[in-house]
Amino acid sequence: MEPLIEQGAQPQLPAVGRRLMAVAKSFTTPHLPDDYLALLDPRWSLEEAVATVERRIVEAEGVVTLVLRPSFPWPGHEAGQYVRVGAEIKGIRHWRAFTVTSDPGHPEGLVSITVQRVDGGLMSGHLTDDAACGVGARVWLGQVEGEFTMPPGPVGTPLLLISAGCGVTPIWAMVRELERRGALHDVVHLHSARDPSRFVFGRPLRELAGRTPGYALHEHHSGADGRLHRQDLDRLVPDWRDRQAFLSGPGEMLDDFERHWTEHGDPALLHLERFRPSIGLGGGIGEGGTVTFGVSRVSAEAEPGVSILVAGERAGAALPSGCRMGICHSCIGRLKQGQVQDLRTGLVHGEPGQPVRTCVNGPCGDIEIEL
Amino acid sequence: MTTTNGAPRHAGASTATLPPTLAGTGGPGHAPADPTSSNPLHRLTPEEIERIGDAFQAIHDEVRADLGERDVTYIRNLITFQRRLAVVSRAMLTASRYPPAWLAGTLGLSVAKVLENMELGHNILHGQWDWMNDPKIHSSTWDWDNVSTAAGWKHSHNVVHHTYTNILGKDKDVGYEVMRVSARQKWYPWFLAQPGLNLFLMAFFEWGVALHDFDYEGIRRGDPEARSAARRELKALGRKAGKQMLKDYVLYPALSGRHWRKTLAANVIANVARNAWANAIIFCGHFPDQSYVFTEAEVAGETRGAWYVRQMLASVNIEGGDAFHLMSGNLSFQIEHHLFPDMPSNRLKEIAPRVKAVCEEYGLPYNSGPFLQQWLMVQRSILRYAFPGGDERPKAEPYVAPPVPEAVVPTVEGVDGPVVAFP
Ligand code: FES
Repeated sequence: MEPLIEQGAQPQLPAVGRRLMAVAKSFTTPHLPDDYLALLDPRWSLEEAVATVERRIVEAEGVVTLVLRPSFPWPGHEAGQYVRVGAEIKGIRHWRAFTVTSDPGHPEGLVSITVQRVDGGLMSGHLTDDAACGVGARVWLGQVEGEFTMPPGPVGTPLLLISAGCGVTPIWAMVRELERRGALHDVVHLHSARDPSRFVFGRPLRELAGRTPGYALHEHHSGADGRLHRQDLDRLVPDWRDRQAFLSGPGEMLDDFERHWTEHGDPALLHLERFRPSIGLGGGIGEGGTVTFGVSRVSAEAEPGVSILVAGERAGAALPSGCRMGICHSCIGRLKQGQVQDLRTGLVHGEPGQPVRTCVNGPCGDIEIEL
Repeated sequence: MTTTNGAPRHAGASTATLPPTLAGTGGPGHAPADPTSSNPLHRLTPEEIERIGDAFQAIHDEVRADLGERDVTYIRNLITFQRRLAVVSRAMLTASRYPPAWLAGTLGLSVAKVLENMELGHNILHGQWDWMNDPKIHSSTWDWDNVSTAAGWKHSHNVVHHTYTNILGKDKDVGYEVMRVSARQKWYPWFLAQPGLNLFLMAFFEWGVALHDFDYEGIRRGDPEARSAARRELKALGRKAGKQMLKDYVLYPALSGRHWRKTLAANVIANVARNAWANAIIFCGHFPDQSYVFTEAEVAGETRGAWYVRQMLASVNIEGGDAFHLMSGNLSFQIEHHLFPDMPSNRLKEIAPRVKAVCEEYGLPYNSGPFLQQWLMVQRSILRYAFPGGDERPKAEPYVAPPVPEAVVPTVEGVDGPVVAFP
């Protein structure tokens, strides 16, 4: 049976180590050698990847890069991929996914993630809080995942990169990758931030644009000029149709541009980062409604786009959760009444007795759930 | 199987798994409240039963909302202590040829095994700590130092026993299907063997528990589903038991070299001691005289409130000090544990006064007694009910809080008599 709990990635051991562990396990059974190693140092886990915060870099207001030192050789990642990060808040382990912003193959084996504090966001609040998650703090690392990467090999076609807000993180990783590959020949980067000071990685990217003729950076300031729209595209990048495009940002923006590419361009050239670390926080798809948590005896009002999980947590219920993106099934609760809506697809579903993932489903009207 | 993590098991169990036909239509069974009945479940009115249910649910919810760092620290510290104790004891036993090392090692290992099974294994497998979301302290990943597999036990215990507690013919833990522990159980000739079986179970309780997980009814009926499940479970049990025995009876003794026999003896003693202790605590949870058993008819259409009342009446606490409660995995708070199977064990003692207050308000008994008395009661029942007939044992009176003794003010002698002492 698939465990109903989210765990960190298992570090790779050399064959000798694995054999040694198998022997050790016959002495520690039914527990694992790990459980006894933890008596010496909890970071020596062979079961779950652990990392220690080595440095913290404040990138912009409310945006922090956490430099992590994994307690095992980092298995590597590709620019644009993300990793699930676990942290303990008030004794309870929570997980979220973050883009790996460090360069692959860092000489010291360091890895970094860049976190933007979201209002009401439990994990982003914790990770960006120096007192809670300062240097020396311990976090867990999950598997490296994500398809939003540069195809390997030489980059033939001109590129268009579009990012907004904290969605810049995978784009940043890609720009660095292109620079390393010496492939910044004809790259246009469109970034939308509220104002210039909120451009995460703004300084290094501006500098790069200043010294690299092949990398053109357009900054759009939504605070002054409103949201970046598809209409802006023809003006800013007239040849957008001929470029391989990589987009990362809030859901509505992605939807808007996706429609644009399907109607007026070549969708095959479009690559979207659909990963949203903050699914269910409101906005986007979803009707909203009232959720009654049968066991916690909490009743919560969910705004449109707010997941059952987030609504419950905001109302003070202690609910199980893991990945918060519909992967791990940690958050399942049994539906007693009403119907729910998948906040990713808009699909309305659910019958009494059916288990539903509270992290990716919002209520559709009034519902009751056994949690 | 277990419900999703973090979700209290009893909540689903109490309503979802009982026949839904009459659920929510009032009190237990079809009989209206009978004020003269000696069984409180029959005496209470449906409204009273629901109010009791609400009172208990409120205690549960309050604790559930309050769980946090304090509890996490408790369980982590205990796990660390237990593991250190196990390591030190095992290390000492490598020098088992020296009697003091043997004695200390055997004692330490026995205590470590008891803690591992009772306060850790039993409670973690119950999902009491699932809310922490820690994959190392979670009912879906934990396994215990015991021959029975975690999966099998979770089914027979968490699902069957905790849902159908003390319902004859439903709860397989009433005498574990092999003993007659209540006058209300029908007598069969094989019960004559139960005094001997009892001794066997004391020494080899873990095996009894492991074998108890199988669906013998289904196997006897020839149900192919049940048979293939049994084959699977038997394989899993073989694997688990094999590893356990290899560790305790081959590997660790081998570490003592020529003196392996002494270490082997120590490990056997530790396992038997753990078995006898677990057996005693668990038998004292539902088999003493105070405990009520129920027929299926009595609980048909049971509501949540009635489920709570049944759990109370079926369970018996054991009185003792903090060390005793810890060693018994807080199953000495059997009533609290049965009311709230998913409540972390460190909280049971704290809520006991509130449970007692509910008992007092509604004239319910709060079954409890000192360990030795309870244990002897159980032994007497096992001997008596091995033979046909026998009367039901008297039940406990409604709970009344003991009068608070008047505070004695300390005084010192003065010329004109005593004066209040300072400080
Ligand atoms: S939290 Fe992982 S599926 Fe919902």
